[in-house]
This record gives sequence, C-alpha cells and structure tokens, in this order.
Amino acid sequence: MTREDIIQPENLVYQKPRLLNDMTMHYCPGCSHGVVHKLIAEVIDEMGMQDHSIGISPVGCGVFAYRYIDIDWQEAAHGRAPALATACKRLWPDRLVFTYQGDGDLAAIGTAETIHALNRGENITIIYINNAIYGMTGGQMAPTTLEGMKTVTCPYGRDPKIHGYPLNMSEIAAQLKGTAYVSRQSVHSVPAIRKAKKAIRKAFELSMQGKGSNLIEIVATCSSGWKLPPVKANKWMEENMFDFYKVGDLKDIDKE
Amino acid sequence: MSKIKGALVIDTDRCKGCGLCIVACPTKTLALTTNEVNHKGYAFCQEVNDTCIGCASCAIVCPDGCISVYRKKVE
Repeated sequence: MTREDIIQPENLVYQKPRLLNDMTMHYCPGCSHGVVHKLIAEVIDEMGMQDHSIGISPVGCGVFAYRYIDIDWQEAAHGRAPALATACKRLWPDRLVFTYQGDGDLAAIGTAETIHALNRGENITIIYINNAIYGMTGGQMAPTTLEGMKTVTCPYGRDPKIHGYPLNMSEIAAQLKGTAYVSRQSVHSVPAIRKAKKAIRKAFELSMQGKGSNLIEIVATCSSGWKLPPVKANKWMEENMFDFYKVGDLKDIDKE
Repeated sequence: MSKIKGALVIDTDRCKGCGLCIVACPTKTLALTTNEVNHKGYAFCQEVNDTCIGCASCAIVCPDGCISVYRKKVE
C-alpha cells in the first residue's frame, strides 16, 4: 500500500480543529496555550455552538486568542474578563460565554472580579491557564509562583517570608456557593489532554444549563519563562507543579 | 490479524519545532530536521520511519495543530 492510498479523506482520524483558523499562533514553541485553544475549538464545534459563543480574551499571552478561534470575541481590560463575561451572559442568556485568562490576569490584578463573578453564580465558564509565572512580560514572579521557584524577580527562589505564599485560586473557588464545577487539569500528555477536554465540555454544558459558574484551571508550562526546552518544561511541571496544584475535580455540583 | 498503517501530513510552515510530538510518538516515527529550516527559521518535524500506526498522539499534543493523521487497515 502506498502513502497516497492511506492519505484519503475517508481515512482521516485527526486534523486541526475546524474552528481554528490558518493564522500561525504567536505563542512560543511548545506553549500549552495552543493545546487549550485546540480543545476549546473542538468542544465548541462538537456542541454546535459556533454562532452562539462569546469568548472574552484577557491581557497577557492569551490576548490574541480572538485571532485564532473563529467565534465572537470581546477583549477585556486587564483582569476584568469575568465582569465583561457577566454583562455578555446577562444580555444574551442563550449564548455560551467563557473567559480565557492566565494567572497574571486572573490571580493577580483580576482576583476580586474572578471571586465575585464566581460567587454570584454567573452562568459563565472561566478557563484559567496557570503557569506560575508572568510569561508575557518576561518571566517575573506571579502570585501563583511556587515556593522556592526561581524567576527573574526572585532569582534566589520565592521566599514566603518576603514574597508571601502561592495563591491557589481553584481551592478558593471550590468553597464558593456560586460555583457549579471547579476542576484542575493539565495538557502535558495525551490522557491529560483528553481529560481536560472532557472537563471543558462539562463546564460549558453546566453553564448553558444555568447551574452556576465554572472554573477550569489548566496547569500549564511556560518554556520561555522557565528557561527550559518544551519537553523538559513538561517534565518539570510534572515533578514540581503537581505537588501544590493537584490535578482533578475540586467541586462537582452533579455529585453533591 | 490485520495490520494498521498510518500516514501523516505535516504543515511544516506552521511547525515551530517544539519536539513534543517526537516524545509523544510510541513508534519513533518522527524527528526534527537537522539540516533544513522552514521560512520562520525553525527546524521542523518530519516522518523518518515508515512505522506510523495512525494513533494520532502526535497530532493531539501538537500545540499548533500542524499534523493531520490518516489511518487504514491493511488487508
């Protein structure tokens, strides 16, 4: 059998999601953002919500998310994506509204907006990419930076006596009455990616059923900020991040 | 037992050479180029062995969606 016999439309098993357009993403090689973009595009396509989805893009590396996924987007001021999502969802209750935020946006400048939007039980989904560093601005210490982790602004490692302790937003969100589903996932391997996709799908469905607000945290890598090649960054994440950011469901309204 | 054969179509211009697909591949089908780069200056991934089984692991982990996977049963 020749290669040409195999490469036929009926034998296709996987290709770039239909909703992801041809523009090359600006992310660094191996960045987790790309995988999460693919998952969101796949889930929205499978739900048939292309014409009824509104994404809120953040400030940070994910700022250009509106360029890559072919749905409606709004660009929020830094950290204010949940507030804008609240407005969109209240004005168009039939729309699937989600925000796409990094840890600098969600856990630093936007902490108040995030907690209040989740606590109000707005029927939105927040996709939270946590790579424990300010990636876009050059790898400075973020509120989510792990204890002892070295960054540009804490070159000897984060010391809780000086810099405080890492902030675990999903644990906070799981305690709020307004949240329906809080889950922490990662996208470093094929099984992890499949689980993350299921979690995103569930969150989108719960938000459309009006069950409350949903937070999906994706523990991600930042190979440029961590100064590691992509494969080693994934390994570093497995060895160091998962101790503090434990992967799994933190709250599920269906199981209560 | 019938054998399954796969084939990949790689968008080499979109590839940034991160190498995640190479680690994800269970049959060591992929490798980065060593003497060639794409128009952005990245070494890109390519099929080096004829061992692809069409499992799509490489395409699922690819952050840029560069890989299309085809799979067919060999009679």
